[in-house]
Amino acid sequence: MGRKLLLEHVDVPGIETYDVYRNHGGYKSVEKALKTMSPQEVVEEVQKSALKGRGGAGFPTGMKWSFLAKPEGVPRYLVCNADESEPGTFKDRYLMEKLPHLMVEGMITSSYALGANTSYIYIRGEYMFVLEILEKAIAEAYAKGWLGKNILGSGYDLDLYVAPGGGAYICGEETALLESLEGKRGNPRMKPPFPAIKGLYGCPTVVNNVESLCTVVPIINIGADEYLKIGTEKSSGTKLISACGNLVRPGVYEIEMGITVEEFIYGDEWCRGIANGKKIKALIPGGSSVPILPAHLITKTAAGETRYMSYESLSDGGFASGSMLGSGGFIVFDEDQCIVRNTWNFARFYSHESCGQCSPCREGTAWMEKVLHRLETGKGNMRDIDLLADINKKIEGNTICPLGDAAAWPVAAAIRHFREEFEWHVTHPEEAVKRNYGLLKTPEITL
Amino acid sequence: MISTLETQAKRPPFSAEKMEEVQGIIKQFPEGRHKSALLRILHIAEEEFGGWLSPETMDYVAGILNIKPIEVYEVATFYTMFNLEPTGKFVFEVCRTGPCMLVGSDDIIEYIKTKLGISKVGETSADGMFTLKTAECLGACGYGPMLQCGKQYHEHLTPEKVDALMDEYRAKYTSTNSQN
Repeated sequence: MGRKLLLEHVDVPGIETYDVYRNHGGYKSVEKALKTMSPQEVVEEVQKSALKGRGGAGFPTGMKWSFLAKPEGVPRYLVCNADESEPGTFKDRYLMEKLPHLMVEGMITSSYALGANTSYIYIRGEYMFVLEILEKAIAEAYAKGWLGKNILGSGYDLDLYVAPGGGAYICGEETALLESLEGKRGNPRMKPPFPAIKGLYGCPTVVNNVESLCTVVPIINIGADEYLKIGTEKSSGTKLISACGNLVRPGVYEIEMGITVEEFIYGDEWCRGIANGKKIKALIPGGSSVPILPAHLITKTAAGETRYMSYESLSDGGFASGSMLGSGGFIVFDEDQCIVRNTWNFARFYSHESCGQCSPCREGTAWMEKVLHRLETGKGNMRDIDLLADINKKIEGNTICPLGDAAAWPVAAAIRHFREEFEWHVTHPEEAVKRNYGLLKTPEITL
Repeated sequence: MISTLETQAKRPPFSAEKMEEVQGIIKQFPEGRHKSALLRILHIAEEEFGGWLSPETMDYVAGILNIKPIEVYEVATFYTMFNLEPTGKFVFEVCRTGPCMLVGSDDIIEYIKTKLGISKVGETSADGMFTLKTAECLGACGYGPMLQCGKQYHEHLTPEKVDALMDEYRAKYTSTNSQN
C-alpha cells in the first residue's frame, strides 16, 4: 500500500461532516499555521515541498505564491480553480464531494499564507451538487470559528465563498476563470500582466487547482522535509489519478509518485487491467490535451526503460515518444477502439469549447473537426492527413491562451503514432464506418 | 428539480424568499462588484422561471444587478448550461466526450432517441416530458456512460437503467402535479 496524504480517511463514514473530519485530524494545519507560523513561513514551506500545480500544467505552487504582488492597501485574493473540465479528469470532484472540509481547510491555510481575506472557490456549474456540499461544510466551519473574524484569536480574518460557472471548459484557464468570476464571458486575458499582479477585480490574485490547495494541508502538517521523502526526486508527494476508459476498475486513486505505469494499470490495488480480457492499444495519461501513447510506449520508454507515474518519466522522450502527467486524467483504450474516432471526438470537444476570441483557434479547431469527421466517416482522402498537420501548425502558439495548443497536440500525436490507421480509413472507408458504427449509422454532425 | 416543476408557468419576479437568497449571493462580492453574482442568479432564475431564460427573465436579472440587459445576454449565450428556449419538463444531458464514448455513450444517445421517438439530439418527446441534449465532459469519466438531469448525475447507464430513470421522472412529475 502506498502512502495516502489526501485520501487516508476517505472511507470513514461521515467524513464529510465537521465532527468526524475534525476527529480524524482535521483543521490541524490551520492551527499549526495560524498559531506557530508566519504567512511567509507557510509560503516557504510550500516552496520547499516542490509541490507542482495539480491542475495540469505542473507549475510549482510555491513559486506561483512567491510572485504575488503585495501593494499596501490593496486586497489580495486566493481563487480555487474547481472548474475541472479536462476530459478524463474527475479527481477534484471526488475530493470535494468526499472531503469538503479538506478543501475548506486547504483554502484557509493557503489564504493565510497569501494574506487573502476573501477567497473564492470557482466551481464548474455542472457540479452544482458539489457546490451545495461545499457550502454546507463552509457553514459548519464558520459555526466552529474556522472562518470569519479573528480566527483562533490570531487576528486573521477570512471569508470564503463558492461561485459556480455556467458550462465552459475555457473557464479552467485561469484568466478566463477570473473573467467568469467577475460575471462576464469566459474570454482569456492577455498575459502579462499575470494574475499575481492583476487578477480578480484588478487585484493581485493566486489561482490554484483543488488538489494543489488540498495538498497544502498535509505539507503543513508533516512538514516539507517529510513530504519530500515521498515520491521521486523531481515529483514529490502523491498524486490523484482519475483512471477511466476500458479498465476493469476505473476510479480515483491516490498514488505515490514513481510507481510503475504497469503496476498502476494491472495491479490489484489499482485498475486491475483491461476490461473484458482485452489488450491495451493506447493511453492518454494526463487528460485529453496531452499526447496519446501507443501500446509499445506505455510501460516502457523509447529507450526501453521502465515508465513510471511521475512528471519526468511520463514526459520522457518529449512529444516524439513521451507524453505528460498533466491533470492525471488517465484514459485507457482497448484493442477494439478506433483512434481516428477518438481523435475526432476530442477535436469536436475543442471546437465546441473554443471561446472564439482568437481566429486560429476558433476557425482551426472547427476545421480540424470537419476534416477528422470526414476521415472518420469514410469520406476523407490522403491529403487530409497532411492538411490536419498543417492546420495544427497554424494554431499552435498563435493564440492568447493554451486551448489552441491543447487542441493541436492530441491530433498531432495521434497522427504521429497511428498514421496507418488514418490511412486505413481512407483506403477502407466502408470497413472503417462499419467497424465503428455497425450498419453505416453515422453520428450526427454537430458543429 | 421539484421546484422547477411547481413553477413551470411562473414568471418574474422572484418570491420574497428567493429574493433574499439572491441578495445574500450579491453580498458575497465586494462593493461595486455585484456583477460577479450574475451566473449564479441566472442558474436560480432558470430553475425558478420554467427551466429556461426568456428575454423577460434576463431583463429582470439585469434590473436586479443594475447592469445593462446586453451584459446578461452576452453571458447567457456564452455558457452552454443556460437554456435560451423552452425545453421539456426534464432535460437529459448525455456526456458524449471521449472517455464516455469509449464505454458506449453513443449507444445510450441512440437508445434515448428511439425511446423518445425523436430523430435528433436537441428535440423533445411528443408529450413534452423529456428533452435530449448532449454535453461535453461532465467529470464522470470513470462512471460512464452518464447523463445529468437538473442537479443530479446518473452514472453507469444501461438501456434498462434509462428505462427506469424515465419512469422515475414521469412518476415524480405526476405526483407533484396531482398534489397541486
